[in-house]
Amino acid sequence: MLSLAPEKVVAAGAAATPQPEASLLIEVEGVRKTFPGVVALDNASFRLRPGTVHALMGENGAGKSTLMKILAGVQPPDKGVFRLRGRDIVLKSPLDALEHGIAMIHQELNLMPYMSVAENIWIRREPLNRLGMVDHGRMNQMTRELLQQLSIELDPESNIIDLSISARQMVEIAKAVSYDSDVLIMDEPTSALTEHEVLHLFRIIRELRAAGKGIIYITHKMNELAEIADEVTVFRDGRYIGCMQTERLERDEIIRMMVGREVTEMFPKEAAEIGGVALKVQGLTLDGVFSDVSFEVRQGEILGVAGLIGSGRSNVAETLFGVTPASAGSITVFGKEVAVDSPQVAMAQGMAFLTEDRKDTGCFLNLSILENMQIAVLNDDHVTAGFVRQKAIDQLCESMAATLRVKAPGLYERVENLSGGNQQKVLIGRWLLTNPRILILDEPTRGIDVGAKAEIHRLVSKLAGQGVAVIMISSELPEVLGMSDRIMVMHGGRVTGILDRSEADQVSIMQLAAR
Amino acid sequence: MAIANIGTVDKLDKGPLGKFRVPAEARIFMVLLGVALIFEILGWFLVGQSFLANKERLLVMILQVSVIGIIAVGVTQIIIMGGIDLSSGSVVALTAMVSASLAQTSEFGRAVFPSLTDLPMVVPLLSGLVVGLACGLLNGFVIAKTAIPPFIATLGVMVTARGLAKWYTEGEPISMLSDSYAEIGSGVTPVLIFLGVAALFHVILSYTRYGKYTYAIGANRAAARVSGINVNKHLVVVYAVAGLLSGLAGVVTSARAVSGQAGMGMMYELDAIAAAVIGGTSLNGGLGKITGTVIGVLILGVVTSGFTFLRIDAYYQEIVKGVIIVVAVVADQYRQRHRRS
Repeated sequence: MLSLAPEKVVAAGAAATPQPEASLLIEVEGVRKTFPGVVALDNASFRLRPGTVHALMGENGAGKSTLMKILAGVQPPDKGVFRLRGRDIVLKSPLDALEHGIAMIHQELNLMPYMSVAENIWIRREPLNRLGMVDHGRMNQMTRELLQQLSIELDPESNIIDLSISARQMVEIAKAVSYDSDVLIMDEPTSALTEHEVLHLFRIIRELRAAGKGIIYITHKMNELAEIADEVTVFRDGRYIGCMQTERLERDEIIRMMVGREVTEMFPKEAAEIGGVALKVQGLTLDGVFSDVSFEVRQGEILGVAGLIGSGRSNVAETLFGVTPASAGSITVFGKEVAVDSPQVAMAQGMAFLTEDRKDTGCFLNLSILENMQIAVLNDDHVTAGFVRQKAIDQLCESMAATLRVKAPGLYERVENLSGGNQQKVLIGRWLLTNPRILILDEPTRGIDVGAKAEIHRLVSKLAGQGVAVIMISSELPEVLGMSDRIMVMHGGRVTGILDRSEADQVSIMQLAAR
Repeated sequence: MAIANIGTVDKLDKGPLGKFRVPAEARIFMVLLGVALIFEILGWFLVGQSFLANKERLLVMILQVSVIGIIAVGVTQIIIMGGIDLSSGSVVALTAMVSASLAQTSEFGRAVFPSLTDLPMVVPLLSGLVVGLACGLLNGFVIAKTAIPPFIATLGVMVTARGLAKWYTEGEPISMLSDSYAEIGSGVTPVLIFLGVAALFHVILSYTRYGKYTYAIGANRAAARVSGINVNKHLVVVYAVAGLLSGLAGVVTSARAVSGQAGMGMMYELDAIAAAVIGGTSLNGGLGKITGTVIGVLILGVVTSGFTFLRIDAYYQEIVKGVIIVVAVVADQYRQRHRRS
């Protein structure tokens, strides 16, 4: 019923080279992609057959997104083979990819909110009338036909802004199909959908599959595999781990493929005396984001928090610190219930919060190291009649910078000129200067080099040894496993389990994190 | 310190000032000198006299831009904080009207408030400051409470304040002001007020918590909030300070003209923003100095009086001023880009 699929699958058998398989839509081999300081993808392989749904799985940072960006023409690979329908290809841009029949359906949807469904689908390709003006009647008719083929019920003239998330996704899919795309890349398409909408999406995916399209389906959800995917490829740490048919799929096997890394590279937590309860959280809820989160952290304890992106772990941290005050539940600090409705309140209770995104919510990039470090301690201890006691506070910052081994030409250096690891140290220094009793760390070692990572691990461990209660959110399971006394796992805005150090391993965590 | 014993302390190579950098103000000062020099040379050729070697001319030059300078000191702080204030010029008009109406002498038969004449000078002065402060607070509260862009909030206040200034006397100018009030605007007093205000806020921005918070909010508002700064409260305070300074500028304006007129301060907000930007304050926030703004104000002054000196049409003045503003911003962006690479 999908008449739009043209005879694009070329008969490439004529070529003398033996290895390209004409029956494959996409064939990627030995692809490598590096960013400054990181190998995002190494020796990656991937094959997409027409008329199949191919799932891509892996932890955060496993290289899925990088592969996807290469396939969609966002970034070129450094090296490796990339064949489209049996022929080597170099994509110059996402538009180039689209014209070659590869369409990406973005997680954050790229639609123009105040334009109609039809205008969004046919942008750049609007049918014109004799006067060179857009022929809206014909455009809406074309849209109606297109949507009918996909059994999507939408008014071509309604504005995107008035549509639900799932309806917008349908528009994106229709747009991709309108380009005669043979390859559709979907990045966690169900993450924002209700169950009913998911069923509709799956119905459409099956129809696309029946029409011979190849669909790359990135997901974190195990239960979707059996339902929609034909094959699944697993990545880990930027490497291809394996590919298998979903019919013969073992859930545990996939999890092992995803996580199977050793913990040895990490700095283990030093033994610390566990004291009284520092922070107790009961029924903490932020409407629409997470609900009924309860846990406690003791002095000297490190509570690891694991969960996939979107599980709500960072939101819980923000709510604890008063950035987004809770809509229900209680926070008790050293036995006293506190209404934490702003970061000031949290700080007055001895809390400190290293945020997940250094650039967005951490650094003052165009200010100096000194200015970045001291901003959280400009309280009455260091200020007289409004005037900052600059010399004294600069000395504190200087010794803190030395203690944390911040590497910089000088403390007047702008923070934007520092490496990620040194920026992170400056931010940690900012919070240590406040002498916190409860330290919340969100991804403390993301994107920093191994040396700085080990230093931060040692530091956190030492702080716990001195009686600080630490909550450490991390996407890296070995880090969580190595450092934590207990591990809280979140999924879909809920706590799915709290594991003791002794009972936790990568498989048990992933099972709780990726139901 | 609880964490003093973590790790070993390597002596950090602090170097007293890190790498030595030419301060941004020095560059702007060179521009000021350059522009002045151009007029000096043109002066010799076209008019046959020196531009700079004339005390009177220099005084008039600074006098002309003192009011803009007072406003610019407040506007600079707002821009450093990542905001903008379009209301300053209208606030000048409104405060000029209000304070002038309280500075009239009883000799005048048709005073605005016949029972409130011959008041001591402090009354109109303080009421002007209060009106300015109120306008600034209004700006700040609207921006903090509704989270609408400062551009829109202050645009609203700009139009409203101008309307109030006209409504106050139904458009009639207010004249016959007391001599003691006129003192505020006579001689070099406006210049002294401008330089005094600039010096005061230079110190405040550089050495107080108020200053540090202003830069931090402009550099990264989200990070400032997470660092425990009450961002909304600080927004209100800074807009209030700027309003207060606009009020002061209004008092000086009416005292200097010895009258209050609803059309006073027209476009002053743009001149003040221009002075800040020419002086190196970045519209992206987090970057700027009062000293730079003072030099920016002087550049505007040199351009204005330079053209008058050369007896060139005032139209050219505005054209050149416009070009200077754009060039200053382009130069700022160019510097920002090159610092990163």
